[in-house]
Amino acid sequence: MISDITLGQFFPGKSAIHRLDPRTKIILATLFIVAVFVASNPVSFLLLFVSTVILIAVSKISFKVILKSIKPIVFIIVFTAILNIFMTKGEGEPLLSFWILNIYTEGIARAVMMALRVLILIVGTSILLTYTTSPISLTDGLESLLSPLKAINLPVHTFAMMMSIALRFIPTLVEETEKIMNAQKSRGADFTSGSLAQRAKALIPLLVPLFVSSFKRAEELATAMECRCYRGDKNRTKLVKLEYKGLDFAFMLIFVILLVALICLITIPYNYQSFGIIYDVLFFRV
Amino acid sequence: MKDYIIRTENLGFTYDDGDDAASEIPALSGVSINIERGEYVAILGHNGSGKSTFAKLLNMILTPSVGKIYIDGTDITAEEFSEDDVFDIRRKIGMVFQNPDNQLVATVVEEDVAFGPENLGLEREEIRRRVDSSLAVVGMTEYARHAPHKLSGGQKQRVAIAGIIAMRPNVIIFDESTAMLDPQGRHEVVDIMEKLNKEEGITVLNITHYMEEAARADRVIVINDGKIALDGTPRQVFKNVEKLRAMGLEAPQGNELILELKKAGLDIKGDSLTEAECIETLYKFLS
Repeated sequence: MISDITLGQFFPGKSAIHRLDPRTKIILATLFIVAVFVASNPVSFLLLFVSTVILIAVSKISFKVILKSIKPIVFIIVFTAILNIFMTKGEGEPLLSFWILNIYTEGIARAVMMALRVLILIVGTSILLTYTTSPISLTDGLESLLSPLKAINLPVHTFAMMMSIALRFIPTLVEETEKIMNAQKSRGADFTSGSLAQRAKALIPLLVPLFVSSFKRAEELATAMECRCYRGDKNRTKLVKLEYKGLDFAFMLIFVILLVALICLITIPYNYQSFGIIYDVLFFRV
Repeated sequence: MKDYIIRTENLGFTYDDGDDAASEIPALSGVSINIERGEYVAILGHNGSGKSTFAKLLNMILTPSVGKIYIDGTDITAEEFSEDDVFDIRRKIGMVFQNPDNQLVATVVEEDVAFGPENLGLEREEIRRRVDSSLAVVGMTEYARHAPHKLSGGQKQRVAIAGIIAMRPNVIIFDESTAMLDPQGRHEVVDIMEKLNKEEGITVLNITHYMEEAARADRVIVINDGKIALDGTPRQVFKNVEKLRAMGLEAPQGNELILELKKAGLDIKGDSLTEAECIETLYKFLS
């Protein structure tokens, strides 16, 4: 069901990654994203894949949770992979060819890499940010990192607050969506069959009450926040003080080394035909 | 001279629904109430009676159309009231709302409790102390690192209360805070109200439509059609069964039972405000 979407969900814990300063994690996530896009040959992807697995192990987030979080993006991954298989034109003979479609070894390699890229990107950033960082500390981190922008009158605090509240309400709204869906289903609404247009139409009676209640929630929340003396960042202190510790520097160093290693690896020329040989061996075409 | 924490004089409020002048029926009119420091007051009324409006006026969420409000001796309806003054009033008067989900800001219980003290600009150590002690008062210490959306309704509401206690207010207004809870959660919350009043000396205003809850307060004020209809101890107020019924309210069941029996010609004497008292009275009558 929808509540299985764990994207943007915090799992409290005490692992090394949980203990990192949120600012460190934002910086690491940025480095990680750069690394994912820098990687462009199988060896570099192997390195990325291994580092992601290590990251998962260190964070002590269960594989089940990770698999669940991947579920909603499987379609995107498969879609990109298929596109890449068919759209890539390689050197040499195609491995398979029918009608106007040709599959080259380069295409398969690319498809695997693109799929890995999306997968690693989502899993890596989720682990670094949303799974191991409470939205409030994430907000604190962002606010602190962006605070120089306050000088040019950007509402950094307001922005950070909005973001953290959005994150806070994801589970609440998911729960509510499910409730409304069940209510509609019990009265005969059908969300799962029919043409795409029909299904989109079936969502309208779901979205309208959801929007109405969200606005009501927003108003109540704003009142409750005002009652708790909220008035922006004016004279506001924090329960959790942000401090870079040894662990933070260690992680940053590791990530920088990883990035440098990746950049070195991609300069190594790579022969995709070797993949073709593996393929040939596998399918006894030698 | 008594020590009034809340004093209103001829308070009135009309919701401004735009251009339709004819529909402007005042939500509150001529409300004069004195509430002493340390009182435990229940405010009763059916839906739309104006009881929630009254609470929102005290906390400056709404501004009265007419009348005066004094909080701790300060006239909060005065013209020269600045934003900082509003801040001070809200620090003195905490408010717990109906839907616990729409009050919790953070995704970790203790961070949510810290939200108020953080807004007050307190030192880190002081925030820590207040968060810990507030969670202890509502019995949620072991959930400090939990995610609020995984708690039960009653537990969420206790966290919300802790968030208010952490601001050390003089008064806490519970605006139908038990309406969305199951009986278990309701008990938990009402027990905390009593504890806050008796042990921490906080003035408690419980706005509710549950008679059983109101019966536990020291004083009951009934608001009907924006006016004060009844004001007194629960015993005095719940004697007016007919009057309450006319306002769409029911007296506590035990109370009603005894009165009906009396009406039927039985000569029963004794109190019947709570369930226990009712049983006692019936027992005495029968033996």
